[in-house]
Amino acid sequence: MTAIGEPLVRRDGARKVTGSATYAYETPADAPLFCHPVQATVARGRISAIHTAEAEVLDGVLDVITYRTAERLASTEDAELALLQDREVAFRGQVIGLVVAETSEIARHGAELVVVDYLEHEHDTELSAERDDLYKPEKVNPAFPADTGTGDVDAAMASADVTVEQTYRTAMYHNNPLEPHATTALWDDDFLTLWDSTQGVHPSRKAVAKVFGLPAERVRVVCPFVGGGFGSKGLPHANVVLAAMAARAHPGRPVKLALTRQQMFSLAGYRTPTIQKMRLGATRDGELTALGLDVVEQTSRIKEFAEQTALPSRMMYAAPNRRTTHRLAALDVPVPSWMRAPGECPGMFGPEVAMDELAYELGLDPVELRVRNEPEVDPESGNPFSSRHLVECLREGARRFGWDSRDPRPGVRLEDGWLVGTGVAASVYPSSTRAGTTARVRFSQGRYAVEIGAADLGTGAWTVLPQIAADALDVPVEEIDIRIGDTDYPVAAVAGGSAGTATWGSAIVEAARTFRDKFGRDPADGDEADATTTDNPARKKYAMYAFGAQFAEARVHADTGEIRVPRLLGVFAAGRIINPRTARSQFLGGMTMGLSMALHEESVWDPRFGQVVNHDLAEYHVSVNADVDDIQAHWLDEEDAHVNALGAKGIGEIGIVGTAAAVVNAVFHATGVRVRELPVTLDKVLPALP
Amino acid sequence: MKPFAYDSPTDAVTAVRAVADDPSAVFLAGGTNLVDHLKLGIARPGRVVDVTGLTSTEITESDGGLSIGAGVRNSDLAADPRVRSRYPVLAESLLAGASGQLRNMATTGGNPLQRTRCVYFQDVTTPCNKRTPGSGCSAIGGYTRYHAILGASEHCVATHPSDMAVALAALGASVRVLGPDGERTIPFTELHRLPGDSPEKDTVLGHGELITAIDLPAPPGGRQRYRKVRDRASYAFALVSVAAVLDVADGTIRDARVAFGGVAHKPWRAWQAEDALRGARVSDAVFREAAEAELAQAEPVPGTEFKVPLLTRTLVSVLRELT
Repeated sequence: MTAIGEPLVRRDGARKVTGSATYAYETPADAPLFCHPVQATVARGRISAIHTAEAEVLDGVLDVITYRTAERLASTEDAELALLQDREVAFRGQVIGLVVAETSEIARHGAELVVVDYLEHEHDTELSAERDDLYKPEKVNPAFPADTGTGDVDAAMASADVTVEQTYRTAMYHNNPLEPHATTALWDDDFLTLWDSTQGVHPSRKAVAKVFGLPAERVRVVCPFVGGGFGSKGLPHANVVLAAMAARAHPGRPVKLALTRQQMFSLAGYRTPTIQKMRLGATRDGELTALGLDVVEQTSRIKEFAEQTALPSRMMYAAPNRRTTHRLAALDVPVPSWMRAPGECPGMFGPEVAMDELAYELGLDPVELRVRNEPEVDPESGNPFSSRHLVECLREGARRFGWDSRDPRPGVRLEDGWLVGTGVAASVYPSSTRAGTTARVRFSQGRYAVEIGAADLGTGAWTVLPQIAADALDVPVEEIDIRIGDTDYPVAAVAGGSAGTATWGSAIVEAARTFRDKFGRDPADGDEADATTTDNPARKKYAMYAFGAQFAEARVHADTGEIRVPRLLGVFAAGRIINPRTARSQFLGGMTMGLSMALHEESVWDPRFGQVVNHDLAEYHVSVNADVDDIQAHWLDEEDAHVNALGAKGIGEIGIVGTAAAVVNAVFHATGVRVRELPVTLDKVLPALP
Repeated sequence: MKPFAYDSPTDAVTAVRAVADDPSAVFLAGGTNLVDHLKLGIARPGRVVDVTGLTSTEITESDGGLSIGAGVRNSDLAADPRVRSRYPVLAESLLAGASGQLRNMATTGGNPLQRTRCVYFQDVTTPCNKRTPGSGCSAIGGYTRYHAILGASEHCVATHPSDMAVALAALGASVRVLGPDGERTIPFTELHRLPGDSPEKDTVLGHGELITAIDLPAPPGGRQRYRKVRDRASYAFALVSVAAVLDVADGTIRDARVAFGGVAHKPWRAWQAEDALRGARVSDAVFREAAEAELAQAEPVPGTEFKVPLLTRTLVSVLRELT
C-alpha cells in the first residue's frame, strides 16, 4: 500500500471551486477596519507637505497615518519594510500614507483626498549595459559568488572554430498571482495576529516580529489558502507591515488591507529585466571550448536584490573555459524580489537561444549539440550529479514530439498561411531540502494528525503531505489529518525554491519514523513525536538538480506576423513524483508561464515617470486559455537516493525554465528571424516576412 | 472612489432630463468601462443615472435592415441569427471583443462610447489631455503600442478601443439619439470625432444625449469579414483591425466597404481605400494600392511605425480571403 504516486484529487479543491475557502482578506472579523495606501507620485524626492485634513474629516475615516504620525519601527534594516518612517521618496508608488476607515470604499476615497507636495529630485531609472556605475554585488541570490571563472574564455573564443557572441534581453516581469497581496491584522492584548496571504507563515512571523521589535511568540501568522504567489509572497512586503501598523493604532479591531492590482506593480516585488551578453566557442564537431555570460540587471537603490541569472550557465554544459559575471545598477525603482525560478528562468533564456544559434552555425541538430556537451561531473564543483538524465529527457521528448522528421532549414514551411517551426531548449533547477523544518505526528481517536507550518500556495501541499505521511506511517492516507498554514504548528521553511514538498516531506518522514520508534504500530491516544530536518551530508558530495527538455511548435502568420504556439511538450527528470495529478499541474503551470514570458509578458517601463505603465491585467498580458492549446508534461521514472529521504526533487519552477527559449527557437525555425529580446511579438518578425 | 448620487429612473426621457440638468451626471449602462473609471478616479461624477432597462433590448426588422435597441447585450447581438447571417462582420467583431463575461454585460449603446485604453489616460497620476485638458500628452514619447497612426494630433494619439464600432462604421449604420431637445439620428461614421485640440471630447454627443438604438441598413452585397490582429489570441485590444465587405463579380470589385480599428481616435472608415478598390480587378497589387492610398496620410509616432506595414498586410490578407 503506497499513497505516494497516486493521483489523488486536491483535498481543498471543492472548497476552492465552491468559494468556501477563506483567504486572508475574507477572514471572518467583527467590525473590521479597512486601509488604503497613499502612494508617491514622484520617482525620487522628499515630501515637503502632506495635507491630510480633507481625508481625516471624511465620514468614516478613523485616521490617516503618515511619516509624521506613524509609530517608529523597532527595525528599519529592511528598507522595503521601513514604511512611513521618514519623508524621503525612493520610488514612484512607494507608500507615503495609509488611510484607515470603516469601509474599503471610504478608505479609497480618503486616499484620493490626500494631497502631497514634493521637493522633487532628479530620478534615474534606466537600465543599460553601458552605465558607468554598474557594480559587482558581494553575492547573488541567495548566497552565490557574483563572478566565477576557469580557464581563459577570451583566448578560447579567439581560437574557436565557431563562435556565437550575442546579447539577449529579458523583460521586467510582475508575478501577478490571482489573489492580491492581502492581510487581515488584529492587535489584541499585546499580541499580533496576521491572516496573511503568504508562502511561509514562519518566515513572515520572523520578519514582522523583527520590524516591530516583538518576540516571535507574540506574533501569529495564519494562512490556510493562498491564491498564488509565484515567489512574490515568499517574503513579507509593505502590505503586511502596513496592516500591522494600522492594527496597533486601533487595538481590538481587525484591520483589512488588500493591494489593488495597480499597487502590486510597485509594492509586491518583480523580476528584474536582464541584459545577457553571451559567448560560446566550439569546435567544428560541436564541442564547447568557451562559455561566457555577463549579466547586467537592476536593483532598487534602497535595497539590494541580485538575481542569480548566470547560475545555470555555471553547471549546465561542459566547457574547459568558462566565465560568468553579474553586475547591478541601483536605480530609483521598486524593490525586485523572487519570481518563479529567479535566476534559472531568465538565466536559461540567453544560453539556450545561443545554443540554438550555435547549432545552426555548425549545421548540427540542436538536440545533438546539447547531447555532445553533457558534462560528466558538475563543471563548477567537480562533484558528480546525484542524478542527471537530461539526455534521456531530450531523447524522450524528441521521440514524443516527432522531432526526427524535422527539416532543419528555417523559414520554409508554409501551412494554410502560417509559417511553421519547432524548437528545443533544456531546463534545469536545483534540488534542495532545507534544514530546520519540524513536523509533528500525533495519534488521536484512531487517526494521525500531522502538524507543520507549511503553506499551500496552490501547489497541492494539503494533498501531497498526507500522502507522504501515510506511507511513512504505513497507514491508509484517509487516516491522516494534515494541519498547515499556521505558526501555531511547528516551524517550517518557505514554499519557495521548489523545496517545499521535499523539505516538509522529509520532516514528516523523520517524524513518522520517530513516532513509530517510540510508540510502535499500536500507539495510545495522545502519543506524539516530532523531528527536524538537518543538512543533507550528501550535498557536499553531489550536485543536485532536476532536468528537463522543452519542445515547442510555433506558427507565425505569413501576412500579419501573429505568433501562436499550438504545441508545447516537456519531459522532466525530477526524481520521485509524489502525486502525478498535482505534479502535472505544476509542470503545465510552469510551462504556461514560460509561454507567457515568451510571447506576452512585459512590464513596460516609462523612465520619464519611473513606473510600469501597463499596470493592469488588460494591458499586462499573460497567456490565457486561447493561447494554450496542446501542452503536455511527461516525466521519467527517476530514482535519486541522495537528494532526500523521499527521493523527490522540486517541480514548482523547472517548468518555466527553458520554455521561452524553446519558443523563440521555434519562431526562428518558422521564420528565419532570430529574436533576442523578449517577448517575441509580431512587430519583431514582421519586417522579415515575405 | 468619490461618492455619487445614484438614480434609476423608469423611462428614458426622465433619464435624459436627469443627466441634462446636472453637469456632473453620467449615464450608466453595462458599466464595463464606467465602473473601472470610477474606481481609478478617471470619472468623478456627482450623479450616476442608470439606464439599464430604459432602452430597448430587442432587435427588430426595419426597412430591410435591423434596428438594435441600445440595451441589447453584446453577447446577444453576436448570437442573433439575423446578425450572424446578414451581417457576419458585425458578429465577428463582437466576438473578437473583450471576454465572454464582459460581452454579457456590455450593451449596444454603451460599447461605442467606451473610452480609450491609453495607459496614460487610465492613470490619473500622469498627464493626459483627454482626461485633464491642457495637461499634456504622455503617450507622445512614451508607450504607444496601441496608439494612432491616422487622424491624431499633437494633443492626443489615443485610439478608440471598440471592435463592434469598426464593423458598424463599415456597414454604414446610424445612431438614434434621445436628447433634452428630442430625437436625432447621426451616421455612425460621424458619431466619433478626431482629437484635434479638444481630445477630451470623444463623440459629437451633447451632455445628456442618450443612444437609444443603432440602425443597420439593408445588408450590403458581397462577403464580409472582421479581422483583428492582436498580441494574444483573445482578450486583447487590437493592434490593428479590419472590417471589410467586398462585392466581386467576374473578378471585378463592384463595391467595397472598409473600416480600420486600433489606428485612430475613431473607427476609421477607409474611404480612399474603397475608392481605389471600386471597379478594379482583384489582385494583391490592387489591394496593396488601396491600403497605400488610405495610409498615405498615416503619421506614426515612435512606437507605432510597425502599424503601417501591419495594416497594409492585414488589409491585403482580408481582401484576398474575401475574393
